[in-house]
This record gives sequence, structure tokens and C-alpha cells, in this order.
Amino acid sequence: MNIKKDIAISDSGFVFDPTTGESYSLNPIGVEILTLLKEGNDQQEITDFIIQRYEIDKSTFENNYYDFINMLKKFNLIEAEA
Amino acid sequence: MKKQKYERPIINRISIAVSNKFGPKGKIDIISDIDGIPVKELVGKYGSPLYAISEKTLRETYNRAKQAFSTRYPKVQFAWSYKTNYLNAVCKLYHKLGSWAEVVSGFEYDKAIDNGVQGSNIIFNGPDKSEEDLTKAIKNGSLIHVDHFDELYMIMDLAEKMEETPKLAIRVNMDTGIYPQWDRFGFNYENGEAWNALNRIMLNENVDLVGLHTHIGTYILTPNAYGVAAYKLAELAVRIDKKYNHKIKYIDMGGGFASKNTLKGAYLPGTDTCPSFDDYAEAITNALINSEIDPEHLPTLFLETGRALIDDAGYLLGTVLANKRLADGRRSTIIDIGVNMLFTSFWYEHNIVPAQETTHHTEDTTIYGPLCMNIDVIRAAIQFPLLNKGDNVVINRIGAYNMTQWLQFITFRPNVILIDTEGNTHIIRENETKKTFEQLERVPEYLR
Repeated sequence: MNIKKDIAISDSGFVFDPTTGESYSLNPIGVEILTLLKEGNDQQEITDFIIQRYEIDKSTFENNYYDFINMLKKFNLIEAEA
Repeated sequence: MKKQKYERPIINRISIAVSNKFGPKGKIDIISDIDGIPVKELVGKYGSPLYAISEKTLRETYNRAKQAFSTRYPKVQFAWSYKTNYLNAVCKLYHKLGSWAEVVSGFEYDKAIDNGVQGSNIIFNGPDKSEEDLTKAIKNGSLIHVDHFDELYMIMDLAEKMEETPKLAIRVNMDTGIYPQWDRFGFNYENGEAWNALNRIMLNENVDLVGLHTHIGTYILTPNAYGVAAYKLAELAVRIDKKYNHKIKYIDMGGGFASKNTLKGAYLPGTDTCPSFDDYAEAITNALINSEIDPEHLPTLFLETGRALIDDAGYLLGTVLANKRLADGRRSTIIDIGVNMLFTSFWYEHNIVPAQETTHHTEDTTIYGPLCMNIDVIRAAIQFPLLNKGDNVVINRIGAYNMTQWLQFITFRPNVILIDTEGNTHIIRENETKKTFEQLERVPEYLR
């Protein structure tokens, strides 16, 4: 699963997808996850990073992570599988 | 290194097409305590969900209403509308503050007596008064507000047989320039039915006409409608005085004052559109004072307002059970407060807020109750902060009707607590148990 390469993510949580012209807003943790995904980190690496940094247990984060990924898919921000 | 507070990740599409003319909300409201007691503590002690009534708010609201009327009119008497909230502790608080009782059934009537209200200080309204109810009310010298001619003739028949003289008023319905016009209760003013009922009462020696009553509707946002109603009742009082030289002792303007809740479909929030007690008082008292009623014999002004007195004092505290996604990507949050506990959610967009700090990030959310029923929707569409399972929520302004029209369904009704002015908490209605219901059921022998 890869995030579309050409999307722009600002530090303030503004996302722009030049292929569709759509804009999105993220909360700070959303920015972190999207950036980590764009850098090529996998789910395990992202989970380790988040639970080390935030007051959250693994299973709750995993639940929220999949929900977030589903929204990225819904908004077509993920590259179609080859 | 200290870990940071977690918030679940979200992404929202930015849509410029549906921008709100008032702009985005800059700050998320939270209610973390009720009269200084943390919501977490209350829920921990008494369970979730939980109804909480603030005595402080109840008293402040009552005093504000009383002041609005008594500074404008010399004789004012409030009567607590039992159907709005008839938990005994609540009724007793209003009686302590000086309210009489306004009841609409034999059950409510007996409750008022048990709550220590003198029979002569009970107003008996409503279309369903049995012969037994009426006999009791006549014996106790209660004020009976007649709803229809069948009731009037039943009272006249009883009066013939009884020693006591029934004290009567009629309920009058009328056009006050608002829609809908309530015409199912009482006698109509414009078509002459009310005047006809009054004449029949005056010509009967066994009954005593003491008052005139109206109740023009509910959640009335136009104070002027009350002015029109008060003027029409005053006109009837003057006609009776002129024809029979009989002075009406009171004019009862009923209830129907709006609370600050927002009606479904309303463009502006109720906090912006709801008239103040002063607005209602100004309209009603001006109409009475400016009428042709003899100033030496001004009738007492009775008010039966319920909703506007108790709504603000009631809170429902609950807990987030789950978050999930709907098919179209919208967030849905399930809380442990169902529509069966919040009957008023069928007509209000209830204010629901977190009980703990959140960030300013929100999602388009539908808030569902816990019932396994599709209609169990507390808010169909709300910009809601990112709460997690186990977080607490508070719905405020729920004091009116929810503790009387609630439905036992699927599970039990929870505790109701009162927070007194010293900050002490008291259970005023215990949570139901399986035993509560089973003790009323009977299984026929052949099914045992």
C-alpha cells in the first residue's frame, strides 16, 4: 500500500491532491501517520512509533489506524495496486 | 519522556460549497462538571447513563420567572406542571418555592396530595377526569378546569348530590395569531362556545365560577400571542362581571413558554431565539392591566409553566460505547443514551458535548443510542469532537418531559440524582432492575 506520490502535505495538516484538485484537513496525528506512510513505513513501524509517543494502547491504535486507512482509500489517496 | 495525549487520526474533505454563513465554530464546548462535581465522579458513583438535576439551576430559573411576573403584576401564583416532571423530590422543591400543583390525572392528583399540597391549591386540568377523581377534587376544594360539556354536566350532577360547591374554571381555546391553533382542549372563544359554557355555569346554583384558563400551545416563540390570549380572557371576565356582577378570582395563562433547546429544522439555535421570562411577562401583564377589568378586583395571574422552569436544570450523563464508520464514510458514535430516555430528541436537536477536554478537531458525526432500533438517533448530523470508547458525554437542558415520557425498553431506566445547593448528591429515583418489571408480570398456570 502506497500513498500517492504527488500529494502535498503541509505541517498544519492541509493535504492537496493535484490529480483530483481535492483538499483535505488532517489532525496532527493524522499528519504524522500520513507522513510516515509516505516515507514508506509499514503498519508495524507506524504502530511502534505512535504507541511510544502517545498515551495509547496497541489494540485501540490498530482499530483507529485501519479506520484512518479506510478513509484514505475512500478519498483515493492511496495508489492503486499494480 | 512523558507521552503525549492521544487523539485518533482523522482526515476530512474540505468542502467550500457548503460553507456556513456563521463561520466555523472556534471552540468545542465541554461540560466537565455539574455544579462543581466532576461528571466522571458522578458516573463512577451512580452509573452511566445518569439523569442529574441541579437544584441550584432549578431555583435560579424559578426565581427569575417569578421576578419577571411579580415585578409587573400584583398577584402572581405559579403552579408546578406535574406532567413535565413528577418525581416527588422535584415537585416538593417547587412547592417549597411556593408553587401550587397543576395536575392532569387522578394519579398526578394523588401525588400532589401525598406531596403535601392542600387540596385548594391544586389545579385539576385535562380531558380525562373520572367521576371518582372529580368527587375527590370537589371535596378537597380543588380548582377544576373544565375541558368539555360532558365533564361540565358530570360535575353539575355531582354537585347536586354533594355538600361542597365545586370551584370551576373553563379552559378556553382561541386564535392568538399563531400556528398551530390548539383547539382540542377546552371551549372555543371565537365561535361563542366558551361564553356559552360560562353562562351555563353561572346559571347553575350548585357550582362556583372562580377562574378562566387557557393554554395556547407549546414552545411558543411569540410572546405577543400570550398578550392576545390574556386580552381575550380579560374580555370574558369583564363580560361576566357586567352580566352577573360576578368577579373572576383568577386568570390562568397555562404554560408553553419555550426553553432554550433548538427545535429540529430551526435556522437559529434556541439560545438565540427563545424569548425571556420578561418578554412573556411583559406581554401578559400589559394585556391584563390595560384591559377593562376593574383595577380594584384584579384577578390573580396563575402560570403553569413547566418546560421553561425545569429544562435547564436537567442533565443526562452518558458514555461512548463505540465509534464506527457508516457506508458513506460518515463517522457514527454510539452512546449509552437512547431515544427511550430522551423522548424530546424526537423534536429537539439536543446539545451534546464531551465531558473531557478535546482538541478543536471534529468530524461529521451521527450519534446513535444503544437500542437495537434504527430510529434510535440522538443527533443525525453534528460536528462532533473525536471521542474514544469510554469517554463521557453530557446532554444538557433535558429536565422537561424526559423523566415522565421515558420508555422502559430493552434495558432499565437509570438512577436519577439531585444535586442540592450544598453540592451533596441524592438519588431521587433508583435505577430499575429485572425485579421491578417481573413483580408486575403474571404467567398463567399452564405456561409455568
